[in-house]
Amino acid sequence: MSLISVENLSLDIYGTPILRDVSFDIAQGKVFGLVGESGSGKSMTSLALMKLLPDGARRSGRAVIDGRDLFALDEAAMCAIRGNQIGMIFQEPMTALNPVQTIGDQVAETLVVHGVAKRAEALAIAREKLDRVGLDGARFPLDRYPHELSGGQRQRVCIAMAVALRPRLLIADEPTTALDVTTQAQILDLLRGLVEEEGMSLLMITHDLAVVSGLADHVAVMQEGRIVEQGPTEELFRTRAHDYTQRLFAASAHRPAREPTVTDEILLTVEDARRSYALPRRSLFGTAPKLEAVRGVSFTLRKGESLGLVGESGCGKSTLTRAILGLEDLQGGSIRLFDREPVKPGMANALRAGLQVVFQDPYGSFNPRWKVSRLVAEPFHLMPHPPADARDRVNDALVEVGLRPDDADKYIHEFSGGQRQRIAIARALINRPDLIVLDEAVSALDVRVRAQILDLLARLQETHGLGYLFISHDLHVVRAITDRVMVMKAGEIVETGETEAVFANPQHPYTRQLIAATPTIPAQWQMQEHA
Amino acid sequence: MLRFALQRLTSLTISLIVASMVIFFVIEVIPGDPAAYMLGMNAQPETVAALRRDLGLDQGLFVRYLAWVGGMVTGDFGTSYTYRVPVSELIMARLGVSLPLTVYALVLSTLIAFPVGLIAAARRGSALDAGIMGGTQLGIALPNFWFAMLLVLFFSITLQWFSAGGFPGWDAGFWINIQALTLPAVALALPQASILARVMRSAVIETLGQDYIRTARAKGLTSRQTVVRHALRNALIPVLTIIGLQFSFLLAGGIIIENVFFLPGLGRLIFQAITQRDLIVVESVVMILVFAVILVTFLVDLTYAAADPRLRRRA
Amino acid sequence: MKRLPMTLVAGALLTAVFAVAALVSLAWTPHAVEGMNIATRLQPPGADHWFGTDHFGRDILSMIMVGARTSIAVAVIAVGMGMVLGVPLGLLAAANRGGLIDEVIMRGNDLVFAFPALVIAILITAVFGPSAVNAIIAIGIFNTPVFARVTRGGALSLWTLDYIRAARVAGKGAGRISIEHILPNIANLLIVQGTIQFSLGILAEAALSYVGLGAQPPTPSWGRMLAEAQTMIAMAPHLAIIPGLAIVLTVLGLNLMGDGLRDILDPKLRRAR
Repeated sequence: MSLISVENLSLDIYGTPILRDVSFDIAQGKVFGLVGESGSGKSMTSLALMKLLPDGARRSGRAVIDGRDLFALDEAAMCAIRGNQIGMIFQEPMTALNPVQTIGDQVAETLVVHGVAKRAEALAIAREKLDRVGLDGARFPLDRYPHELSGGQRQRVCIAMAVALRPRLLIADEPTTALDVTTQAQILDLLRGLVEEEGMSLLMITHDLAVVSGLADHVAVMQEGRIVEQGPTEELFRTRAHDYTQRLFAASAHRPAREPTVTDEILLTVEDARRSYALPRRSLFGTAPKLEAVRGVSFTLRKGESLGLVGESGCGKSTLTRAILGLEDLQGGSIRLFDREPVKPGMANALRAGLQVVFQDPYGSFNPRWKVSRLVAEPFHLMPHPPADARDRVNDALVEVGLRPDDADKYIHEFSGGQRQRIAIARALINRPDLIVLDEAVSALDVRVRAQILDLLARLQETHGLGYLFISHDLHVVRAITDRVMVMKAGEIVETGETEAVFANPQHPYTRQLIAATPTIPAQWQMQEHA
Repeated sequence: MLRFALQRLTSLTISLIVASMVIFFVIEVIPGDPAAYMLGMNAQPETVAALRRDLGLDQGLFVRYLAWVGGMVTGDFGTSYTYRVPVSELIMARLGVSLPLTVYALVLSTLIAFPVGLIAAARRGSALDAGIMGGTQLGIALPNFWFAMLLVLFFSITLQWFSAGGFPGWDAGFWINIQALTLPAVALALPQASILARVMRSAVIETLGQDYIRTARAKGLTSRQTVVRHALRNALIPVLTIIGLQFSFLLAGGIIIENVFFLPGLGRLIFQAITQRDLIVVESVVMILVFAVILVTFLVDLTYAAADPRLRRRA
Repeated sequence: MKRLPMTLVAGALLTAVFAVAALVSLAWTPHAVEGMNIATRLQPPGADHWFGTDHFGRDILSMIMVGARTSIAVAVIAVGMGMVLGVPLGLLAAANRGGLIDEVIMRGNDLVFAFPALVIAILITAVFGPSAVNAIIAIGIFNTPVFARVTRGGALSLWTLDYIRAARVAGKGAGRISIEHILPNIANLLIVQGTIQFSLGILAEAALSYVGLGAQPPTPSWGRMLAEAQTMIAMAPHLAIIPGLAIVLTVLGLNLMGDGLRDILDPKLRRAR
């Protein structure tokens, strides 16, 4: 039986078309997955259901729940429905809670504003709800503030808030995208459990096909404001009737064709690297406690090799990366390129020239006031004199990454996220370094663009004999592009090995936990026509 | 919280020490011989020598600094050269005018700015908002002492509702003095209220754009409930900073505005002291003013921590 | 071509009126501003003297024009001083964020903030006597921590961006990065803050001259005109009203211009529509 039916939902914001004829039904007690790339309109669909659209939005169509059309209700009636009939959680748990109010009050508020309970009683119910979402009273009393909680814990508070009144529909808009894989697995389990126990329906919005495959009963695929295909999850995943669905599928399972030529020559040597930070002191006179971010890491990377480094946030990989880039001092151990002087801040330019980097954020990686020609040429600073053929080399680098020479005269805002990542790669290549550090370099990209960038990286590695240190939280990507992989936890490398061997037969319990937590599309669903 | 307060108190003390050094240096070191400077060019050498002894100028710089600071801590600011009375008495009497005026203006400014800023934010984009923003734009451009003159022209000279100036003294009763301070306080408060209202408006608007506001709406709060329960307290945090800063503007503005209303406050004292080259009085009044500003900054920091739990436990 | 915001146009026009008046006054004023003419004293606004005359018979319009020169000169130099001192300090603090130099600069900033411009002027005047130069120095010192703070704040948010890290990987030092990457990207902030401090400087100059700590006779100054008008406010209100309006309109013009500049320069504050 269907709980809510959305019929012909269309939406414009200040005249820009956002949604066109979106129709779907969500069945009672079932999970409905809405997948699509960024900008496909999936979040706007959910905000339209809540009638929380931004200014300038014009909407048409119907959303019927219990015979009532939500879109025909006035604001007061809608307030009575939000939080009561329909609950919602959002992507960014770090900012979704009011920083100056305790978690108890925020959960209790749902009950108070709907007149279900007075504050004291509401707090008692809030306690139960927090217990239900896995925040026990001993460690998470009601008077905790959001800043004292981790991202995953905050998302649990958001869930407790959204389900406090046992709504019939819960909308979850990318609820695990900002979280680590193990936390993601726990939150997904929690959502699955709530759906079963409370009999509520869940509208799960995500860009991640693997996440919906393991959770949703029904799936709809969105592209440019339209639903291009929908149906029961397994059936849709197996048949992939629509061309766009096929391409999404192919891209998310994409593995670039690699024929690595790993040499025996050692390019990077990290020996017993250590780095700790002083934390704020707990008492007035005690010594400051230390956070040991990197605790004795050693490894080598060979010329032409692609080495992965995986770990969750806070494991120390960022600190280690900064040290390898020579941006931060170590407190113990050493980092060397070949057998030259140690890598450290203030090292000679000639030494630095062997090393380049591509960062995660395609939008923050470029000075917006410089033209591409100057951006790409920036590493020439490392040479004693700028080369005479600098402009030609910039053009060559742009062509190599799949852009045109006349792109050099444009500013960065004229490019898309994927193109910017290509420019970042061109910049990293311009000095012909030996090692490129790829710091979550494809994490911010949509799957199809990501597949293209991975192909580009694989090709460049072969033609230039580059060494890659590929840092990522995404196990799929690391598996697709690396020869060996290291798993980092709490400042230490807990497991190292050939990538395929580690994934097929993980030795360390943490590696197993990571692999188990990573959502995957069941292999048998993918059998036919593997692209 | 206690740790935070202690930490702020330490930085307050350091600020006071450095500020007192700067003031001491400017007043007592830069002129070379303060005694000769105070007495002017035609002074007899014996008179200068006597003053030098009175001021303790024959001692070393460091000893003099310590004596000055030590005196202030015990309430002894020295003796005014021109008035021949302890400076502390002079200052206490004048503070009885300047401090109430500053506080009065601060209260007025806050009382005007909060509702005005909030209404503008709630109705942003409306004609009312545009009107308020235009009015505050004008208010910011008003020099307070000129506005004070206009108030005198209109309310005292034309309408004769208020006396044009003077201050009866607190012995004469509470309300009569409040009445005497009303025009000056309004003149001081209006330009500052314009600034504060704009800060309030943009703080509320910015807060309303935060993710947790959307969360609150998704819980079923009406937009009014969202503003009252979630936006206000968060918006207050930047507003507090500005209120703290306004104290020093109002204190300085009060000193200027005393001239318009013939109020016997610190301003009159210090400007007379400057013309009479009474460095002892200048030095002490400046120290008092700076002390007041630093103290208010400290209090604002504490309020800050009370309003924002993120500040309480760390740092 | 994008339409310029109304506030920018109105503000720029208003500011231009006074800037032009100040420039013209260098070569020509309707009447001489020096010397007295008892015959024409305390005339109300009229055909010969558009804005009337003061108690010495001097032409108010001419004095307003020359006074604009004083106000603008004091404010411009004081803003320049604040920028020249404050911006490098802010850049230096941001480049050493969290370090000792940052701490020292920021504590120094707090210390200067504890001295309102008036108090600085009092200190300087008590020792050196009153003058327009002292007013400039007092306002300039007051401006310094403002620019240091704005610069540091803007620079700190940039230092976390990946293009700064990329520049460091390209071997560039903090000084070069501050000049090549940071400064151009906070220029907008500084321009907007500059107009705000400019208008505050006009207000501060007027206040200091009003209490006798700024420009001294015979230099005409709006603040001193108001001080002289005060005793005669009942019989010749135009003496008080006109210089005050000149201050209000100049400051208003600068503030509107600052708002307009922020609208076009700061994309974050640009409206979604």
